[in-house]
Amino acid sequence: MAENTVNSGNVPARSEQTLTPATRERSRFLSPAVDIYEEAEGLVVVADVPGLTRDDLDINVEDKVLTLHGKMAAKSEASLISEEFELVDYFRQFTLSDRVDTSKISATLDQGVLTLKLPKVEHAKPKRIEIKTR
Amino acid sequence: MYANWNPFGELDLLRQGIDDLFANIWPTGYGRRSVFLPGRSARGYPLLNIAADDDEVIVNAFAPGLDPKSLEVSVERNVLTIAGEKKPLPGVKPEQYHRNERATGKFIRKLQLDLEVDEEKVQAHYENGILTIVLPKSEVALPRKIDILVK
Repeated sequence: MAENTVNSGNVPARSEQTLTPATRERSRFLSPAVDIYEEAEGLVVVADVPGLTRDDLDINVEDKVLTLHGKMAAKSEASLISEEFELVDYFRQFTLSDRVDTSKISATLDQGVLTLKLPKVEHAKPKRIEIKTR
Repeated sequence: MYANWNPFGELDLLRQGIDDLFANIWPTGYGRRSVFLPGRSARGYPLLNIAADDDEVIVNAFAPGLDPKSLEVSVERNVLTIAGEKKPLPGVKPEQYHRNERATGKFIRKLQLDLEVDEEKVQAHYENGILTIVLPKSEVALPRKIDILVK
């Protein structure tokens, strides 16, 4: 599982002038921290997205690219005197391997933590081979 | 108005300056910004946004995925303390990780408030991974109008 940064893909890192960001919006966004771990069943992606409700999240898979986009609905108070955490949208993309069954991806959101389950396709799951004895 | 002593403050400022510079060159967010790395960065955890109006101070702490029971919020002599623990994912062995950016561990953060708050009336709630603490200003801290007597 590889990660797409905005300037990745086939564009060499040096040619910033020609890069086409994965998001065409000119807005700033925040890349949520993720944990990715593997189970027998598949991969699990855990992302920290505080401030989001399930309606704010848009998760889709297109061309083997998993895109997380979270619209930050919360607005900072007008009388803000110190801001360490900027309330902007979340955005991050991952390239999925062929072994992920994209039709069976499921997502849950609990207290600002998004958990995505990416099951492996059937033939990629570990299989135990029984040894027959005669 | 609020002092939160941070020995890495100067470094942070420098880093911010460099970040801003790069943000201007590549406005679409070149160079990913990441947050929530307790224990891995010089910045305090959780990150705090502080707002204040005439009557109260509102502190928002961005700490997703915590057990609310593990959170401890206290106010003593105008020092707000937020403590808690971000637990590792249950049952995941280190060798299972492909990527582990969400650091875990215990944290404590203190915020020195420069005004009197009414410690009895402080309220806190945790929703969508954001801990919101509302600290009403104490009577003494509220602005008082003084009538001028004319003789």
